[in-house]
Amino acid sequence: MQKITCEQLIEKAVALLNDGTVSCVLGWKKGEFDYDITPALFETEEELKNEFVWNDFCRANFSKYLISKTAKCEGKILVFLKPCDTYSFNQLLTEHRFDREKVYAVGIPCEGMADIDKIKAICGDGICKIECGEKIAVSTIYTDEPTLIDAKDVLAERCINCKSKKHVAYDELIGEDGDVIDSGRFDEVAKLEAMTPDERFAFWQNELSRCIRCNACRDVCPACTCEKCVFNNPKSGVENKSPANSFEEQMFHIIRAFHVAGRCTDCGECSRVCPQNIPLHLLNRKFIKDMNEFYGEYQAGAEVGSRAPLVNYTTEDLEPGEVFDRGNKDA
Amino acid sequence: MRKCSINAIDSVFAKIAESLALYLPVDGSDGKATYKKWENGVKWSNALNTVKSPKEFFFPQTEDMMEFKTSGKNIEIIDTREETEDFVIFGVRACDVRSFDILDRVFLTMPVDSYYASKREHSIIVSVACTKPSETCFCKAFGIDPAVPKGDVTVWKTETEIFFESNTAKGADLLSKIADLTEECDNAPVEEQKEKINKIMAKLPLADLKTEAFGGGKTEQYFDHPAWAELSESCLGCGTCTFVCPTCQCYDIKDFNTGNGVIRFRCWDSCMYSEFTRMAHGNNRLSQKERFR
Repeated sequence: MQKITCEQLIEKAVALLNDGTVSCVLGWKKGEFDYDITPALFETEEELKNEFVWNDFCRANFSKYLISKTAKCEGKILVFLKPCDTYSFNQLLTEHRFDREKVYAVGIPCEGMADIDKIKAICGDGICKIECGEKIAVSTIYTDEPTLIDAKDVLAERCINCKSKKHVAYDELIGEDGDVIDSGRFDEVAKLEAMTPDERFAFWQNELSRCIRCNACRDVCPACTCEKCVFNNPKSGVENKSPANSFEEQMFHIIRAFHVAGRCTDCGECSRVCPQNIPLHLLNRKFIKDMNEFYGEYQAGAEVGSRAPLVNYTTEDLEPGEVFDRGNKDA
Repeated sequence: MRKCSINAIDSVFAKIAESLALYLPVDGSDGKATYKKWENGVKWSNALNTVKSPKEFFFPQTEDMMEFKTSGKNIEIIDTREETEDFVIFGVRACDVRSFDILDRVFLTMPVDSYYASKREHSIIVSVACTKPSETCFCKAFGIDPAVPKGDVTVWKTETEIFFESNTAKGADLLSKIADLTEECDNAPVEEQKEKINKIMAKLPLADLKTEAFGGGKTEQYFDHPAWAELSESCLGCGTCTFVCPTCQCYDIKDFNTGNGVIRFRCWDSCMYSEFTRMAHGNNRLSQKERFR
């Protein structure tokens, strides 16, 4: 259950809208179903009061939306940021992707978001209503009484392994700020590292062979913000609309992980939107773990303007030979 | 109508697989179902549906069409098609079976798409009636009966038994292959199940979905509706909707330079993509709102 209520956020948004601080609000609203909470732009008090939602399903990270919305919106835009979203926010500012002056950021504490697949594993299909309170009450057309679920039992993977309850960027904070958490987010990576190369290859082949190359991971990724991706550009010579061969299985996602290495904040949006449930975040976490081990602890987006290990040179840097040796040891 | 015990289904699969390639929904490591080839030990999934639709059997995401090899001034055109053998797709839901009719209207009317046609002709469709539709289901709005799916054979699955009924000559032929494993039966349990499904369908959140806003002459009326802007606001433009859609059939044809020749292939394309419908004059859908609409 979230500690901050939806009413508190609506009240804040209405106040900022009415006193002219902001001209529009980036928030969440209900989609087709109660668990499909989608990003939306609110421009009036009425819209906010009728449609704004804040509950255990507000998973979307708004930071990337600021690129297009700040360009479109007259005046300032109010954005609500969960702790993990603030890292992407800072990283985008580091990359000069939107105008900070056009944003009013309100940090909100987050108790973790629910994973609908985990809910369906408990109460089955046919969900007709979900109410988020002390517990998540799920009604289905197949049961007479709603199933009461503790949000802690159905947390999304990225929330179980939440890396920080601390907001690293905001103009104003609602509620109390938290701390950076010593999470177990690298445990799965360590398990993959412990595999033999053949086992690891089989693991990734099984996962990546499902890729349908919709590029949703790229489209949602706050670190992938090119206005025209090479893979959408017929003139690039590498335009690729579908997995034409085993390229996807072996290369595409690994290359993309390289491209966002040092900039990926581990927000987990890639895995969230994947229609094929590919655990893409594990690739990014592998890179983060390696960088931490090679160059010292580094968290992308922890502050604005920091130089990521891969674009920074220090005399303590690892020698390429050491990486090479490590590669040989693995093989 | 014929039936077998639910425990005998694996021997039914084994019998079919003796003479035909058999594909059916199988649970993957991620807990979602995908069509896989049956072999000993493979279990038929209980999932309501697969993530990707079975349209892939006839219209794969990527498909080589031909190959060109040049020597001097000569170009050799090589037909890369392989002979398709008869195969069975088992466990197709009513909505997906209906989608084949729609794909057929596109690919099998003149000029017939021979790539699609050869696979379609060799297929034997075994559909299965739904028992537990999801909140996302709305097949009734499109005149589809989830209790009586079409196909060459229709299957109903109860807690204890599997019922088979053939709808075509191909279907009768398939059922004759498994005649030893099934027995003639009356259709009372099936009728009971149909009634049950119909009651469930009425309770679904999208049961009252109406399609009257669609149709000839109505486009203008909804073209400038504010809902398009609102709905497309959160659209990522990933095109997943079109890729998993059983009836989306747009494709692109591209040449791939292999270094010593060219492979011409087609692959799924999507109206959600920025380069879709790009023409000599440019692109007529520049924003995600226009693509979404």
